[in-house]
Amino acid sequence: MKCRKCGGAAVLELRRHNTAFCAPDFVEFFRRQVAEAVKRHRMFTREESVLVAVSGGKDSLALWDVLLEGGYKATGLYLDLGIYDYSKESKAKCKAFAAAREAPLLTVSVEEEVGAAIPEVHAATRRPTCSACGLSKRYLTNKAALDHGFAVVATGHNLDDEAATLLGSVLHWQTEPLARQSPSLGSTHPKLVRRVKPLYRLSELETAAYAFLRGIDYIVEECPFAKGATSLLHKEILNRLEEASPGAKHNFLYGFLEKARPAFERVGEVELNECARCGQVTTGTLCGFCKLADQVKRAR
Amino acid sequence: MKVVLRHPKREVEVTGRRRVRDLLKELGLLPGTVLVIRGTELLTTDAIVGEDDEIEVRPVISGGAR
Repeated sequence: MKCRKCGGAAVLELRRHNTAFCAPDFVEFFRRQVAEAVKRHRMFTREESVLVAVSGGKDSLALWDVLLEGGYKATGLYLDLGIYDYSKESKAKCKAFAAAREAPLLTVSVEEEVGAAIPEVHAATRRPTCSACGLSKRYLTNKAALDHGFAVVATGHNLDDEAATLLGSVLHWQTEPLARQSPSLGSTHPKLVRRVKPLYRLSELETAAYAFLRGIDYIVEECPFAKGATSLLHKEILNRLEEASPGAKHNFLYGFLEKARPAFERVGEVELNECARCGQVTTGTLCGFCKLADQVKRAR
Repeated sequence: MKVVLRHPKREVEVTGRRRVRDLLKELGLLPGTVLVIRGTELLTTDAIVGEDDEIEVRPVISGGAR
């Protein structure tokens, strides 16, 4: 297979774009897609400080690499979830990445903040692990950004993540998540930091290829709690569709963002308050994170 | 050839030359869900792999609520 741009040997075929690229041209394509996402959704400027939530996986480290190479002021934030060897290995990958590039990295321990590491949170609260983990991540990334004065939080969510989330919301017609799903969520409260997803135009295959070609040492093993997650089933279904009809995921997500989301947004407005205990933003009186920490405390 | 698979990490032995596309089909994998790696090279589905090759088939799908 030949590179569509230079005619050299291709390393990756992009069927949804009906093209193939050699390594240097693919890296350029990848960075151009991130630049297009940042520009189109006015995610951030080179003058702003960006907090990149890094997990040690391919997506977040690829994102951090693109931003650093692009001259952005990008600091990494690693949340130590305390998930056995998986967390130890992923933390080491993030530290090694930061050290090699002399990039700043912040670390927050979930155990210190919630009162227990993620496996114990699950045992204490009986909440599904991914739900307690997702809640803690959203809360702690926002808090770290506020505490350290960052203008925006960037996450490594890719096209496949976004398409799978969309499928999950559509299957249950969850109108609130549909209203909120966007590559860029602006700040709707002084204590809510803007959240952006600069990789939403790139598939999982593309972020993995970018990380590999850039020599990024990322954690290939999966979180032990992800096994059997519904989001994986949704991804599998979408990948079958994609195989039969290249561009299916892309059309599903982009079509939603362009045509359907505005309609959900109009009905999805909610009133935001400050949590009576911690002062972070919530729709109720006590925020979900404080309720989770209470559950953990009661169970101990 | 030796083929390294993940989740969990394991090795399988495959005999005979073939295209990456056919290898993935035999392993029951969709081409859009894995990187096929030979040393420092990424292989496209039309590449031919042979007896002496050592191939890593690395899944690209991350799971769970992130």
